[in-house]
Amino acid sequence: MAEPRAIDIKDQPGFRSIAIICLLVLYVPVLILMIFSLNSGSLVTHWEGVTLGWYGSALLNEEFHNAARNTLIISVSATIISTICATLAAIGMTRVKPWRGLAAAFMVINLPLMVPEIITAVATLSFFALIAGTFGLNFGIGNLILAHTVFCIPFAYMPIRARLEDMDLTLEYAAADLYATPWNAFKRITLPLLVPGIMSGAALAFIVSFDDFTITQLVAGPGQTTLPLYIWNQIRRPMTPEINAISTILLLVSILFVSVSFLIARRRAK
Amino acid sequence: MTTATLSPATLSKAAFFEAQAVKAGARRNRLLSLPALIIIGIFGVLPLLIICVYSFLVAAPYGGVQWQFSTDAYLNFLFQRDIFDDTLQFTPDFLIIYLRSFLFAVVTTVICLLLGFPTAYFMATRPPAQRNWWVLLITIPFWSNLLVRTLAIMFIIRDEGLINNALLALGVIDKPITMLYTNFAIQLGLLYAFLPFMVLPLYSSLEKLDFRLIEAAYDLYATRRQVLWRVIIPLSKPGIIAGCLLVFIPALGAYVTPLILGGGVHLMIGDLIAQQFGSGRNWPLGCAQALILMAAVLVALFFYVRNTSGKVQHG
Repeated sequence: MAEPRAIDIKDQPGFRSIAIICLLVLYVPVLILMIFSLNSGSLVTHWEGVTLGWYGSALLNEEFHNAARNTLIISVSATIISTICATLAAIGMTRVKPWRGLAAAFMVINLPLMVPEIITAVATLSFFALIAGTFGLNFGIGNLILAHTVFCIPFAYMPIRARLEDMDLTLEYAAADLYATPWNAFKRITLPLLVPGIMSGAALAFIVSFDDFTITQLVAGPGQTTLPLYIWNQIRRPMTPEINAISTILLLVSILFVSVSFLIARRRAK
Repeated sequence: MTTATLSPATLSKAAFFEAQAVKAGARRNRLLSLPALIIIGIFGVLPLLIICVYSFLVAAPYGGVQWQFSTDAYLNFLFQRDIFDDTLQFTPDFLIIYLRSFLFAVVTTVICLLLGFPTAYFMATRPPAQRNWWVLLITIPFWSNLLVRTLAIMFIIRDEGLINNALLALGVIDKPITMLYTNFAIQLGLLYAFLPFMVLPLYSSLEKLDFRLIEAAYDLYATRRQVLWRVIIPLSKPGIIAGCLLVFIPALGAYVTPLILGGGVHLMIGDLIAQQFGSGRNWPLGCAQALILMAAVLVALFFYVRNTSGKVQHG
């Protein structure tokens, strides 16, 4: 009777403390960075009082405006293109009889996830340098949009495909039985059911594009500063809490989009 | 008439035509994957082939390449040509950076596993409502800006950072300990960056754990430690392998972390490659270095595929 039946069989000693330590390790540095964005002193290390002034000076800064505009142009375009491509690809790879080359196509879609970012970065740089040198082609900021689209596609693809695989096929069959044309069945049945997956995928594509530093830094031409590049330029100067303010804005955007994507996925699971 | 249309032969004919129509539709559907495949093919795969070609060319003086075949990029990886007598001399500088990066990546993977496994297990054993919160809390850093997160570490370990200030105030030390721009800083940054990459795959594997097996083990007089090592860990092997891979590959090719926390003094492979395209102005060498890194990644992926497919065969 006194034997260990009374204890939770799932429990392992010390695991709770390690989990809590992990959370603290992950959050404390970022929280400190956020708190110092409110520091009224001009040093990033000594606390002097609370102010929102650094957000003001960041938001009024013209360089920041340019960087924010570039970032939005690139990530919104990359998100739209990659989400459309990923949606079509997910349908073309789930609502079909297995075709020869399906496995290879799946690998190609996921390739950007397997290649280390720095390799993608130098490869894309070499590619654009080559077409600029040979054909005189330079798409300007389009270079960055295309580079971002490539690595956004697999991120958008994953939740859309998962949604398509979870979906109840009987509804689509019922529509077909009731003489819906394939296009009508898609438009009236599949697409509405797919919307949460598409939104979740678009949110992820937006975050990875919005946050990208490595590929953008190597591929960006003069004047194509994005927000992460702007932060990098600021690090190399004497720092003020303005950099904390901009970093905090970036983090909040990430948190917003992750939470949106997460909540949509959760609702689907219920 | 009606009986004729409903005869088995007609029905099977109808079924046949329907199947044909579905097949035709399905064949058309597969074309839908073309836009994605074309974009990744042109702007993702083709660039990789271009750097393969570039690695066998000669560097142009101001960056870029000259179209002239040469294996110098690969030779330069291990040797340096003597300026006076044109002999090749073994220079292990690049090799050392590769080994250092490998070591960093291994240590990162091991420590992330040691911290991540208990965390993931703890998450998986929470009640469902709590579990969602934990997953969200780990997911947020997973997707947060790596540059900003690395910056957060930099603020803490600087000479005037929080750690040194606290230690100075407590009188433990009388002058700041230099942590920034050291190997320690890079290692810490890598751990911080990739910990969520370990926890999430481990969690999704542990979440599916059948706890009746643990109960059975206890019924058979297993101790807590035996349950952990002989039941839980073997059952979560796919998650462990996936997590290790998700940490090891990006850690090996890390660029941002050593750039900011190593201060350009302590290089990793990623910075070395980027340098050849920047101040180094030796694109072929950079391409060769990138391909050698790619080869290392492919070896890691190969082990992954072999391990996981072996798993399937055993049932």
